Amino acid sequence: MSTTKDQTVLDQEEAELARQWTGRIRRLLVDALPPDKLLPDRQPSYLSSWIYIFGALTIGGLALVILTGTVLALEGPQWWHVSSIGLFVNSMHLWSVEFFFFFMVIHLWGKFFMAAWRGNRQLTWMTGVVTFFFSIGAGFTGYVSQTNFDSQWIATQAKDGINATGAGAFVNALNFGQMLMWHIVLLPAAVVALTGLHILMVRHKGIVTPIEVNGTEVPHQGTQSESDPS
Amino acid sequence: MSETTILQRRFNPDRDARPWQGGSRPYDLIKEVTICFLVVTVLVVGLAFLFGSPDDKAISIQTWATANQIDFAQTSISELNGTSGTATYGPPYNNFVGSSQSLGPISLESWIGVHIPVNPAQDFVLGPLSTVANAPNVTRALDVFNAATPSQQLAWETNYATAVSHASSVNGHLVVPRGAYGPIGVMIGQLTAMAKSGALDSAMVDQSGFYGTNYTKSLLYIADSTYFAAQGTAHHLSGDQWGMMNETGNFPGQAWLWLYTFWYQVPPFSTSANADIQVSALMGLLSLLLLLVPFIPGLRSIPRWTRVYRFIWKDYYRSQG
Repeated sequence: MSTTKDQTVLDQEEAELARQWTGRIRRLLVDALPPDKLLPDRQPSYLSSWIYIFGALTIGGLALVILTGTVLALEGPQWWHVSSIGLFVNSMHLWSVEFFFFFMVIHLWGKFFMAAWRGNRQLTWMTGVVTFFFSIGAGFTGYVSQTNFDSQWIATQAKDGINATGAGAFVNALNFGQMLMWHIVLLPAAVVALTGLHILMVRHKGIVTPIEVNGTEVPHQGTQSESDPS
Repeated sequence: MSETTILQRRFNPDRDARPWQGGSRPYDLIKEVTICFLVVTVLVVGLAFLFGSPDDKAISIQTWATANQIDFAQTSISELNGTSGTATYGPPYNNFVGSSQSLGPISLESWIGVHIPVNPAQDFVLGPLSTVANAPNVTRALDVFNAATPSQQLAWETNYATAVSHASSVNGHLVVPRGAYGPIGVMIGQLTAMAKSGALDSAMVDQSGFYGTNYTKSLLYIADSTYFAAQGTAHHLSGDQWGMMNETGNFPGQAWLWLYTFWYQVPPFSTSANADIQVSALMGLLSLLLLLVPFIPGLRSIPRWTRVYRFIWKDYYRSQG
């Protein structure tokens, strides 16, 4: 009698687990990114060009940008004007930003010439481009938060471009407090989140295969009534 | 209701990629990223050590007025009589009509209107002067000015603007030729003294309370001066010198803004009164094209046409014969 009751409880629990939000999300994530996809120890044999290194270099640059920015944040926005260590950390922050952009742009054009959006990787391409745009915003807000002549000049020049689009009413390059908060909180959070998403998409879809110009047909999930969109 | 199924569609080399059926080789991703981080760190430490970073001191109102009090007085009268760059800017700072940029019939800044109210006469001149204590001549001058009719005020301001264009500095004092400018001489004279002492910087920031972090008004005031523009030109930073993508010294600046800044250097943008909105619209369109490349026939074929991919995957294509 008690065994039957236990079995009923077990069945109910199993049914509940199947409906559970946490369990569903875990199964979705594990299906999309099983460990050997998330952190593979092998890669396809065609992956043998120097251009592939620029994605990893961009990540390295971003890590150093965040690291040096964090040290600057520990002491506050005026520290680097009065401390030689602060000036050196600021210099590292500046040069890591320069390298981050340099590597990212090469990575972007490399992926363009590989047509890396092929094989349902359009969203991977788009998150990369959006990350680039957000990075420009993060860089710009940093330049206008330096609290020196450069920040004064860049802010007063840039305001006209921003105002002309109507965005100046909400994004005020002359408002140091607003720009600093955007620079150290909002935009870095967006760039890091987008970069993470971009990397997960790359891992989910895998590295795009070489361009085939002689292919004939490709499996395609669609509907019976759908015509060939070519 | 149609049923989802797996179909075969014509292969498009600019859109499709077949799943890889070939071989693989060991590849240590974590080691690669770690080495990349270390390489970037070495490069960054080296360049930071060799070149540092630029840090030209910010220009305060005190710096400006001390360096060129005549320019300060000239700029200040233009703020008072409503002819300065800020006074005639329009949205988002004020309702001045006719200076907003537009793209055909579309003027986004006019539509959105005033969101950061700035009244240069009040915020830059009359407000700070009203904070001056123990100066009966200044209080009297302000009373006279405020009691006058708008036409009288304008006449005084116009006369002062003419007189101050012939002003000189004598032993550190601003000397303005005599004229029928009523109380304006005392007012601008006091404002100049405040500026040179640093009191005007404090008065401007104090408008937003004790914990001020918004320098919009101070920056607009300073940016209206010819002194500030001259500093920018001396550092090769003006709009026709690739403007805001640069920074002081020989540093790369925001090199990634090169295309945005490039348009300002060439016609029709270089001579257009609506250059900012035109360049922004063009860059918005180009950005959209970059974002949507995967979906745009022709554009997404460029990689195949240019054949750069043959170089990137040369080992693969060689193995394919």
